[in-house]
Amino acid sequence: MSVTKSTKPVGIEVSLAIAEAVKLAEAEVVAAYPITPQTHIVEHLSDLVANGELSAEYVPVESEQSALSACLGSSAAGARTFTATSSQGLMLMAEMVFIAPVLRLPIVMAVANRAISAPINIWNDHSDIMSIRDCGWIQFFAENGQEATDMTIISFRLAEDKNVMLPVILNLDGFTLSHFIEPILFPPQDKVRKYLPPYQTAHKLDITKPISMGLLGAPEVFTEIKKATDNALVASKKYVSKAFDEFGKIFGRQYKLVETYKTDDAETIIVTMGSISETATVAVDEMREAGEKVGLVHLRLWRPFPVDELRAAVRGAKHLAVVDRHFTPGFPEGPVATEIRALMYHEADRPKMSNFILGLGGRDVPRNHFKYIVEQVKGLGASGRQGHYEMVGVLE
Amino acid sequence: MTIQKLNSAQVPFEKITAKTFPKGPDSLAPGHRACQGCGEVLALRLLMKALGRDFMAVSATGCMEVCTGPFPQSAWEMPWLHIAFENAAAVASGVDAGNTILRRKGKLPDQRIPVVAIAGDGGTADIGLQALSGALERYHENFIYICLDNEAYMNTGIQRSSATPFGASTTTSPAGKLSKGQSTWKKNMPAIAVAHNIPYVATASPAFHLDMMNKIRRAAAIPGPAYIHVYAPCPTGWRMKSELSVESSRLAVNSRVFPLYEVIDGQYVISKRVDNPIPVADYLKPQGRFRHLKEDDIAQISERVNHEYEHLIKLSETFDGPLF
Amino acid sequence: MKNKVKITMEATTKVGDLPFGFTAQPGTTREFKTGDWRSARPVLDREKCIYCGFCYIYCPDGVYKDMGPKEKYYQADLDFCKGCGVCANECPKKCIQMVVEEV
Repeated sequence: MSVTKSTKPVGIEVSLAIAEAVKLAEAEVVAAYPITPQTHIVEHLSDLVANGELSAEYVPVESEQSALSACLGSSAAGARTFTATSSQGLMLMAEMVFIAPVLRLPIVMAVANRAISAPINIWNDHSDIMSIRDCGWIQFFAENGQEATDMTIISFRLAEDKNVMLPVILNLDGFTLSHFIEPILFPPQDKVRKYLPPYQTAHKLDITKPISMGLLGAPEVFTEIKKATDNALVASKKYVSKAFDEFGKIFGRQYKLVETYKTDDAETIIVTMGSISETATVAVDEMREAGEKVGLVHLRLWRPFPVDELRAAVRGAKHLAVVDRHFTPGFPEGPVATEIRALMYHEADRPKMSNFILGLGGRDVPRNHFKYIVEQVKGLGASGRQGHYEMVGVLE
Repeated sequence: MTIQKLNSAQVPFEKITAKTFPKGPDSLAPGHRACQGCGEVLALRLLMKALGRDFMAVSATGCMEVCTGPFPQSAWEMPWLHIAFENAAAVASGVDAGNTILRRKGKLPDQRIPVVAIAGDGGTADIGLQALSGALERYHENFIYICLDNEAYMNTGIQRSSATPFGASTTTSPAGKLSKGQSTWKKNMPAIAVAHNIPYVATASPAFHLDMMNKIRRAAAIPGPAYIHVYAPCPTGWRMKSELSVESSRLAVNSRVFPLYEVIDGQYVISKRVDNPIPVADYLKPQGRFRHLKEDDIAQISERVNHEYEHLIKLSETFDGPLF
Repeated sequence: MKNKVKITMEATTKVGDLPFGFTAQPGTTREFKTGDWRSARPVLDREKCIYCGFCYIYCPDGVYKDMGPKEKYYQADLDFCKGCGVCANECPKKCIQMVVEEV
């Protein structure tokens, strides 16, 4: 029996659960190229297609560059389209990534986040996705397997919303999330169909109503085309909330753009993205037990950036300790910290900002890293310094 | 699994003759920004005309893409998509995959829609070769690839490609004291396409317009991928008078420089035998890119051209039936 | 705040007026007349014309129009003709002359 027919949680590897969610979403074209740690997603999709469980065209392309190229083609043809990649693969398809949102093609892509070379390293951090931060896609970070499964379905719904029509990247940490076996409750197919009706669009290649897509944008229109696309991305935030709420109503699991944990009276707030948020949650509990006024903010939506939600979530805190899983060579801060610092700059009552680079290239992030972070931040008070930047645990 | 023997040569298609030449409106509108006398846009216009309008076109970045699609205008009368330079084959394969599943699910009428990828020689033989190889190998049923070969990167300003012929002076293979222009022989793209065991490969020239137009019709009729390599004279890049683009493509065929043939299910078939070729020099002379060549250079080119032509004839005579 | 500095606006289309996904409608390059690129125009000697259609076939810009079996000739649309001279060169009866445009 197919795992998705179970009414109880099923123990399954998260990559396979994502593939099952793509099946529940009834994706029509999957074009992908193997790269660790994304492979299990597309292997399982190949299985589902080969066994007739998913009626789709699986295009086994010869590179990631061609993977997203084929996806752009199939999405332009009007087919619901999925791909997945990682690290060097994302680098190789980077050129095509930036094209999809401007052409308003609602592709869904899972990125099993992995470090980028050199040195070659197959393990988890966020340097792949951060290096294409400005690609214009809606971008989520999943915290756990259930969320990655649910978000796969939500991503299609959101991408194809007539008010949105933008591609979506679902980030999930390579290995530390993608390869873990977790209990997953699959949404029932009939309800998924209700939540996510078949994809229909007039914005496609159609021999009865031909249009031309992908034209040359000269200086007199380029700025306006870019602005129109950004307007759509910024405006999509409202529909992200709507997609979350409707998902919550139908399936009983409610997601938020920004999650908060024990932040109400917190003096120090840790900011995380991705699967380390679960580790951080446990660390916060332990620190709370020891009497520390510490809380956690976890960004689920990365683009469009939930500006107001983030500001509201950290309001009242004295210190922000932002965690980055990528660093910016030649600049004394990681990308997430820099963005949050910029957003807080104009706040009347802004907290002190510190930034910690953690877990590069698969280095483990245990609970005591978060305790270490909080210690560093608290130490700032005595010295009068406004912030701290550190690559945690680097052996020099 | 038994491999089904194809017989692509027998697949019927509606042939264009001088009498049945489609006189209706073109499938590529005027007002495009191609240079005066552009042989590439002429080839494109005739190829599109042969297919009518019930197909989808995917362009690689290049002259044809830039000159036909300046927002908010488009010269294309059929659905058209451009993504980037190196990936027209991959994009077109995705379009075909999309059409295929939508047809299977009943979301599109049960009708084959040819998907035509169009790229220049750089977009085909250099930067797009990997994507093309992948698409040909994957055997997309309604996939046609057209290489419009003007023998250099013309859109960026006449830089050499692997399809630039020996001796041609370009901005990155300039003739000089120590250089005779391009130092390498033209890459044999059709042979590379043939090596993918696809049902149809052909070369075509706009001067032989009926032959060219029928080749794309045959390509559309045969199920499976097709590759058509089209000679596309560029007066600007070849430093030649604008009125000579059709004439130069005729001279290229008649001098054996650009032979016309088909490869159907692996079987080479010569489209136009050139038993009494005109001198290669007659082809080279009107083009400024070859102006620096001396007599012995031309003799060397001539020798190789004839050798390759004879090899091609042998190929056509060697096989007595389809390879697969 | 009133702007004192006036900036030059090169833009042609407002953000809100752009078509969704910045697509274009088919065949719309017809709005762009390329005829003013021309330095010479094709002039046909109808006496010599045999109505073979090579000018129509070989025109890179597709500017020739079939005037029909009664008129028996093809006419160049000078709104689009770029004056390349391919038609004159290919005409088997040499009945098209390229005549320099008076400025």
